[in-house]
Amino acid sequence: MTCSLDIFFLEAVLNGILLAGLLALLSLGLNLVFGVVDVVWICYAELVMIGMYAIFFAYSTLGLPLPLAMLIGITFTALAGVALHMIVIRPLLDAAPINQLLATGGVLFLLQAAATLAFGIEFRNIGVHLGSASLGEMFFSWGRIITFSVALATMLGLRYFLRHSYLGLAILALSQDRHVMPLMGADSRRLYAATSALGGGLAGLGAALMVLQFDIYPQIGLQFGPLIFMVCVLGGLGNMLGGFVAALVIAQFITIGSSCFATEWGYAIAFLFFILMMFIRPQGLLGARS
Amino acid sequence: MKLNPAYAVGLAALVALPFAIRAVFPGSEKYYLHIIIQMLLWAQIYTGWALMGRFGLTSLGHGAFTGIGAYVTVMLWNFVGLTPLVGIPVAVCVAVALALLIGYPSFLQRIRGHYFALLTLAMVEFVRLCIIGLRDFTGGSLGTQPVRYGDGISLYAVQFEADRMIAYFVALAVWFVGILVWVRVDRSMDRYALEAIGQDEEAAAAVGINVTREKLKITALSAAMCAFGGAIFAQYQMYIGPDTIAGFGVSLNIVFGVVAGGIGVMLGPSIGALLTQLLSEGLRMFFQGSATLNAMLGSRALSLDTLIYGVLLVLFIIHMPRGIVGTAMDLWRRRRGGS
Repeated sequence: MTCSLDIFFLEAVLNGILLAGLLALLSLGLNLVFGVVDVVWICYAELVMIGMYAIFFAYSTLGLPLPLAMLIGITFTALAGVALHMIVIRPLLDAAPINQLLATGGVLFLLQAAATLAFGIEFRNIGVHLGSASLGEMFFSWGRIITFSVALATMLGLRYFLRHSYLGLAILALSQDRHVMPLMGADSRRLYAATSALGGGLAGLGAALMVLQFDIYPQIGLQFGPLIFMVCVLGGLGNMLGGFVAALVIAQFITIGSSCFATEWGYAIAFLFFILMMFIRPQGLLGARS
Repeated sequence: MKLNPAYAVGLAALVALPFAIRAVFPGSEKYYLHIIIQMLLWAQIYTGWALMGRFGLTSLGHGAFTGIGAYVTVMLWNFVGLTPLVGIPVAVCVAVALALLIGYPSFLQRIRGHYFALLTLAMVEFVRLCIIGLRDFTGGSLGTQPVRYGDGISLYAVQFEADRMIAYFVALAVWFVGILVWVRVDRSMDRYALEAIGQDEEAAAAVGINVTREKLKITALSAAMCAFGGAIFAQYQMYIGPDTIAGFGVSLNIVFGVVAGGIGVMLGPSIGALLTQLLSEGLRMFFQGSATLNAMLGSRALSLDTLIYGVLLVLFIIHMPRGIVGTAMDLWRRRRGGS
């Protein structure tokens, strides 16, 4: 065990905060969909994965400029979110919640297999390296710094959108009472579709940031998916601020655990912590007990 | 216990099946038996999951139990030299202990639905990461093999894969035990208690059902069945890997196999196993036989079965939530009721 309070430990803590940005951003879309439509997209990480492939395809294969490629990726996942809602979720809106979760699990298999068919199982990388910033003897990759800033900005932006725009207010109101709002003239079908588009778009934004840091492969969703769910549940499903706090906590367990022991132990400790917290506070860190 | 004649005939057919295969396909007998053995072993694991799944306790974590069954048995054999005859019961006990450790607090805290599914998902990831983390013993993500004993067939080492005939009857026996456990639960008072709990926990508690105790009992039984199945599967495959016998992917396969076959009926999970194995093997043979598709897709064609599988699952859950067997039984009853 090489765990001591030195410069590497501090670097791990700061890197943990940066990793938290990515986890928080990824959990944002899932939280939004759960809070409003009341379904868990178990294939959410697979939406991120196909977003990464879309960006890879537009940038590396078609040769489009990177910002345009990212925009295409975000549009693509937003459309995928709407399609997921229309085709899979809408027929199941009145079914048992667990059936909705399982149906999106079928989509998980579908997307993974489709990505394998289209791109093979090789690891792909868009080959963009942003380098890293140094602070004293510590190094932080620009990819992570940008991700953290974008995550923070997106969270504030989404909050503003939900509180101050007409569409956002309607979505927020629907999430608070999904039975009364339709009686007040809100078209719940359209609002659900809009929320799903937004949720899918946020997955695409996550993908745009992830291609800067990670290789792309069909199974990447299985690696990140469980982490994203953990962050959402720990923060209280549907609670976005809680998700951010939870991302910070989980990321610290991962980075400090990884720097003290080995990578997988960092993750294992994070999952163990999650299980224990579920027993102590099942409503989430910031959630109110219903 | 009264035996339905149709079941007796079915069982007799299953006993006769390997001899029929030997007679009809003398050249490729091993291959066909291999597929059927895998079906039977998965069918037992699926049935074990469905024991609790049918009552609304949807666990995404049973990959942890199959993994523990496989790994504890093989680790004890490889490093302590303990025969699987003792190792398998030990592994089953470890899995049951984990099930109780996770189940008790979560049932007390009334964690259910999405939350229970996601909690069990965290459990299976934790177990998978522990397996990878202990790579000095388990071989990490590459997996490992049980040490061979003698010429490959041994009761002491529970190694039987070299002789497919023996392996078939081992698998058949394991599957049959699974079905017997299912029938036993189906005819018990616990079944009615659990059905009441599945519909309304508070109301069930109000009429005097010990909710936590009933849930714990079925969870422990289900975990034990899956751990046992995982251990036998490892002894048959003679290989264990974190992604083939433990992990989230295995859990999802179990859940979907059951949903496709039919969750609340005795043979539903077995039909689910039959379907998934037939689908993947059938498509694999079809694509390997077709030269043009092979040239077009190469090894990627292997993921086509998953693609079709995913689409089928979505369709099943939307249009046939009771699965193949459940829907067929509904149709049968309606026809008989109508005439």
